[in-house]
Amino acid sequence: MERGTKDHAALAEAFNQDEEHVNWHDGALWWIRQKRDMAAKNIPEWEQLREAASRIKSNVLSNLHDYLLQFEDNLTKNGVTVHWAADAEEHNRIVYSILKAREITQMIKSKSMLTEECHLNEYLIERGIDVINSDLGEYIQQLDNEPPSHIVLPCIHKRKEEIGEIFHEHLGTEKGVSDPTTLTRFARWHLRDAFISRRAALTGVNFAVAETGEYVVCTNEGNADMGAHLSDIQIASMGIEKIIPKKQHLGIFLRLLARSATGQPITIYSSHFKKPRAGQEMHLILVDLGRSRQLGRPDFRDSLKCIKCGACMNTCPVYRKSGGLSYHNTISGPIGAILAPNLDMKKHADLPFASTLCGSCSNVCPVKINIHDQLYQWRQVIVQEGYAANTKVLGMKAMAWTLSSPGSYSTIGRAGRWVLNNIPFAINNKFNPWYKQREMPDGPKESFGEWYAKNQRENGAEKSELPLTRKPA
Amino acid sequence: MSTRESILAAVLKNQPPASPLPDLSFFKGNRQDLASTYQAVFTSIGGSVFVVDNLAAVNARLLENFDSTKRLVTTLPDLGEPFDLLSKTADPRTFNDVELAVLEAQLAVAENGAVWLPEQRMGQRIIPYICQHLAVVVRAETIVPTLHEAYAQIGVGDYGFGAFIGGPSKTADIEQALVMGAHGPITMSVFILDRNTD
Ligand code: SF4
Repeated sequence: MERGTKDHAALAEAFNQDEEHVNWHDGALWWIRQKRDMAAKNIPEWEQLREAASRIKSNVLSNLHDYLLQFEDNLTKNGVTVHWAADAEEHNRIVYSILKAREITQMIKSKSMLTEECHLNEYLIERGIDVINSDLGEYIQQLDNEPPSHIVLPCIHKRKEEIGEIFHEHLGTEKGVSDPTTLTRFARWHLRDAFISRRAALTGVNFAVAETGEYVVCTNEGNADMGAHLSDIQIASMGIEKIIPKKQHLGIFLRLLARSATGQPITIYSSHFKKPRAGQEMHLILVDLGRSRQLGRPDFRDSLKCIKCGACMNTCPVYRKSGGLSYHNTISGPIGAILAPNLDMKKHADLPFASTLCGSCSNVCPVKINIHDQLYQWRQVIVQEGYAANTKVLGMKAMAWTLSSPGSYSTIGRAGRWVLNNIPFAINNKFNPWYKQREMPDGPKESFGEWYAKNQRENGAEKSELPLTRKPA
Repeated sequence: MSTRESILAAVLKNQPPASPLPDLSFFKGNRQDLASTYQAVFTSIGGSVFVVDNLAAVNARLLENFDSTKRLVTTLPDLGEPFDLLSKTADPRTFNDVELAVLEAQLAVAENGAVWLPEQRMGQRIIPYICQHLAVVVRAETIVPTLHEAYAQIGVGDYGFGAFIGGPSKTADIEQALVMGAHGPITMSVFILDRNTD
């Protein structure tokens, strides 16, 4: 699971060796970003939805203690057994003990980033329990012994020929077959047997409603439902931040989630689990795993609002050009880079630097997390704690100076364009890892600010006020 | 201290000061052209929509497209032959050979194409997922504009399980190529039952 000791820049460099592949990855994700934009444009009240979602989540964070108690109480009334886990070890132990008590040795799992974070599969396999990931992308990643590279699109970094090869090697499909429909049909047939024969199923949770004790799981494939409704033992694992107060809030979140994720109006399946069916057992594990600590960091607690739509990854120029695995953390991309340092600051010190701070992530985030501000703030913390590598420190000093003096933007821009056009090697050097494998664009001849000023003058305006030198309100 | 107590204590200590819930009364959908909006959206998702005026028309249309020698099941007693009424007590694994299931939704959402099925309308929870093809009857007057109206109608609900289903099972995990029928139904048809069509 660990990507060795290499940092993001080194792993990104490796990903960038195959230029054609990187361009494909970049384009595929950008297309998903465009589909998101089209879906958002179809909803006139889109911005109000984002604002409402963000505020509901603020309320959740401010009252999480009571909501957890209410949710637990309702789950119990509904006949669901509730467990609490402080960390990955405790979570895995609980899952194992549930299975062991019923002498179950095989489980089927739908997509759950939390269980990836916990390395549940490895834990169970070491103890003689076989686990199959049933989401097609995760299944492919599991066969290839790699973690998912994207929270919504687990194998987006793989080409179909690679997947065909993996199927040939592990499942015995004909060599050279790479047609997506053929491969999907084969996986469908293969996993049907697993769904029918396995007695235990584990799912993740997208939203947990305190008011009713039900939880909602969203998929497009229907794999969570195939597993859950055919199982004798159904287990759901969720981070404590997944709570929402009321059922009517689902209207807000489900309108935002799939549109932000893939541009679909809603995921094909939005399943509301409340009570076990006759003869079935249901368990729900509430997992902390650093959430309560992040809640106590005022600058970073809003990261817990995340609904895991993946939009910040699809839009991120760094993510698109470096691939999810280069973040060496279960949650990659911009949101991963603000969640990971909370878990292990030293190990993930490089991640907040894997960003251009362009702010595109914050602009698309359906719950309005100030992702790029938090990336910048983590850089400060990481440097203060002494975890930053030298090149990054240099980059950041310049960045801090730029950002702390808004009045200097236009000067910096002018200087920057001069540097780009006159001494490109100043940017194409080892202090700027993002230049590698990439050609810098030609600097524009004049910025909007200069163009505006010149036009004002040319149009005979007395004194022009440069919009870019005005202090931001 | 138990894990439960220590997590709750840490949350209580670290949670920020109270932040009020927003007022959601602003969110209302447009009640115009619900059936035609629904039809356009659901078709764009990859489903098929038919407007009919009775269940006999549903039956006839389905038999044109599906092999009646295969297992066809329903929860609708009035759908007629050759559809078998679903057993509520059979082992869910025994439905693995169902070719087509016909259910009736409680409501449908124009904006996203999804139908709402509480478990009572599924016969068994597994049915709309395990069948090879799914057909859902939606009464025209039950179509609501958005999820806000849908949840207002569903309320707390007396189901143990319920789901919005908005199209055939799909995946695009292999190179973003869209494939219908990942694990669940390969096709989904909706029959809008509109008694005022003629
Ligand atoms: S941070 Fe926002 S955009 Fe990124 S995955 Fe989470 S909700 Fe989506």
